[in-house]
Amino acid sequence: MRHTISVLVENKFGVLARIAGLFSARGYNIASLAVSETMDPKISYMTIVVEADDEKILEQIKKQLNKLIDVITVTDFTKKEHVDRELILAKVKYLAKNKAKLEGVLNKYVAKIIQHKADSAIIEAVGEQEQIKQLLQDLGQFGIKELVRTGRIAMA
Amino acid sequence: MTGAQILIECLKREGVEVMFGYPGGAVLPIFDKLYDADLKFILTRHEQGAAHAADGYARATGKVGVCIATSGPGATNLTTGIANACMDSIPIVAITGQVKTFLIGNDAFQEADVTGVTRPITKHNYLVKDTQDLARIIREAFHIASTGRPGPVLIDIPVDVQQQDIEFIWPEEVKIRGYNPTYFGHPGQIKKAAKLITQSKKPIIYAGGGIISSDAHQELKELAEKIQAPVTMTLMGLGGFPGTHELSLGMLGMHGTAYANHAIMESDLIIACGARFDDRVTGRLDTFAPYAKIIHIDIDPASISKNVKVDVPIVGDAKNVLGQLLEEIKKAPDTSDWLKTVEAWKKKYPLNYKEEGKIKPQYVIEQIYEATKGEAIITTEVGQNQMWSAQWYKYIHPRTFISSGGLGTMGFGFPAGMGAKVGCPDKIVFDIAGDGSIQMNIQELATCVCNKINVKVAILNNGYLGMVRQWQELFYKKRYSQVELYNPDFVKLAESYGAAGIRVTKKEDVRPAIEKALSIDNTVFIDFHIEPEENVYPMVPTGEAINRMIGGMA
Repeated sequence: MRHTISVLVENKFGVLARIAGLFSARGYNIASLAVSETMDPKISYMTIVVEADDEKILEQIKKQLNKLIDVITVTDFTKKEHVDRELILAKVKYLAKNKAKLEGVLNKYVAKIIQHKADSAIIEAVGEQEQIKQLLQDLGQFGIKELVRTGRIAMA
Repeated sequence: MTGAQILIECLKREGVEVMFGYPGGAVLPIFDKLYDADLKFILTRHEQGAAHAADGYARATGKVGVCIATSGPGATNLTTGIANACMDSIPIVAITGQVKTFLIGNDAFQEADVTGVTRPITKHNYLVKDTQDLARIIREAFHIASTGRPGPVLIDIPVDVQQQDIEFIWPEEVKIRGYNPTYFGHPGQIKKAAKLITQSKKPIIYAGGGIISSDAHQELKELAEKIQAPVTMTLMGLGGFPGTHELSLGMLGMHGTAYANHAIMESDLIIACGARFDDRVTGRLDTFAPYAKIIHIDIDPASISKNVKVDVPIVGDAKNVLGQLLEEIKKAPDTSDWLKTVEAWKKKYPLNYKEEGKIKPQYVIEQIYEATKGEAIITTEVGQNQMWSAQWYKYIHPRTFISSGGLGTMGFGFPAGMGAKVGCPDKIVFDIAGDGSIQMNIQELATCVCNKINVKVAILNNGYLGMVRQWQELFYKKRYSQVELYNPDFVKLAESYGAAGIRVTKKEDVRPAIEKALSIDNTVFIDFHIEPEENVYPMVPTGEAINRMIGGMA
């Protein structure tokens, strides 16, 4: 099962390596990781989506993260009301004759074409995990040539 | 002041009395200032020796041990010692030189990414990029190393940071927002624990190294006596409760006493304190202590419920929490039947060995115990020598048994004994070694002799890597693969360094040799030629329940 955890860390060099190192050394899997500065430039905010099949492993991950000196707080969103979003960029085959059809699909989501060339279009979309999954399925019919995802970000 | 001067000034203000280390290109500015500094320096013969010596010093004194090495190979040579301290939660501060800041990342001469290398084996580490940060970092390093669950902290200092001249400002306070250990147990949890204790019929206290690092031995003794519960210790916990006490069951686990293992398996309540349910202790997890509820006291929340499910977790410092429990427990449980059962196991399954053939290693250790009246600091190497030392010497005081528990580092005992002796010059320090392990840091003979650090080394010489051989005998059909050792003449070797050497081949010479070694004011190697294929028993094979022991049960 996937769990979303947010971690406030000191914005120092090496901190990302500490977090990544902790996951690899203890055999935990990271599904996605998003890092950025907060309003306070001394603090970074990480949203980590982890794979943990049982509660015990999730507990360990949180405790081990908390042990790192540069970690300020750890928040587990698993049982907490929260919103999460992911941004994707997808390059799909685009032929003028399919324009209406593609726009029809995009209108169902928070998604738009942000660039198009003769034979392809880059689509930007934002949404929850399920919506993104659905969108990608719907886009499948046009042929996805490239896909980039930011990983999930979350807030309670 | 230059960075190097600031470093030395800060070390003094932190109360550092001695450093162990080795010079080199990237620490020249520091060593230049050390030349005039009023700080004792022990020049080891290998950086690994310096790290273990700092570790042994810390274990024996309870103070922070300090070691220093140059960049690149100097620093990488420290790493085994740092990992060792990390696994056993020992407070050391390791200082390493680094190439100049503008060369970092250029594959410069003697450059290694030391903060990268040591990240997973330190409690925390620092690369100092600006001399302005140096004093604060040193303060933080000592604070982090010695508080909470202690551990090693490394400070990597580039040459130009050591050279830069700035105004020295001593930071009065240490503030680290991400680091706030919990020292007192939650009152609600203390109440729950006290209730479980009062209701229990077969309680057992399982004490680990946390008892020693938090100086909780007095509280532990009071609790055990108050609730009349037997006490078993991990390897790291030995000395935390007197081995001579009637409630002591000695060590538990893979090579623990049969009665300790039976007692924990049959108990209805385990009071775990400063221990972490390591695999060497629990044996097969799903069979471990099936009738027991578990109270787990530890300063590190991550140690709780990591391996076993815990009924009452208590995060806090062992000394404080045991104190809180002592106050909270109003009524002691009636454990008289339980103690009778435990006593019967003690009688039925004592530790034993057969007195036949060549000198028995167990006998050597018994004799060291008697000759030193249990008052020596014993350090060990790793393997059979370590397990026999844990079984056959009764540790009465905390900080008298110094052994590499978590990492299991061969070559630890001799330099650690050296550090312990520097920290406790009035104590007798005995390193109980094997013929394999002693050769892993034997160069420290020179350090001992030059600095008049009087360490006695009992080499239990069986001509084998004994523990590996034992496993090959028991589990690999006696196919002895690469365990037979061709050894130097340890007596001549010791003498060539200016130390003393004694060889013992007969049982009747064991005690006189120990007495003689104690009377010599020098480092002494005693080369005991012991029974070559003696095994450590009892033994729980890996993957078995810990009451399924083999050997030593007659």
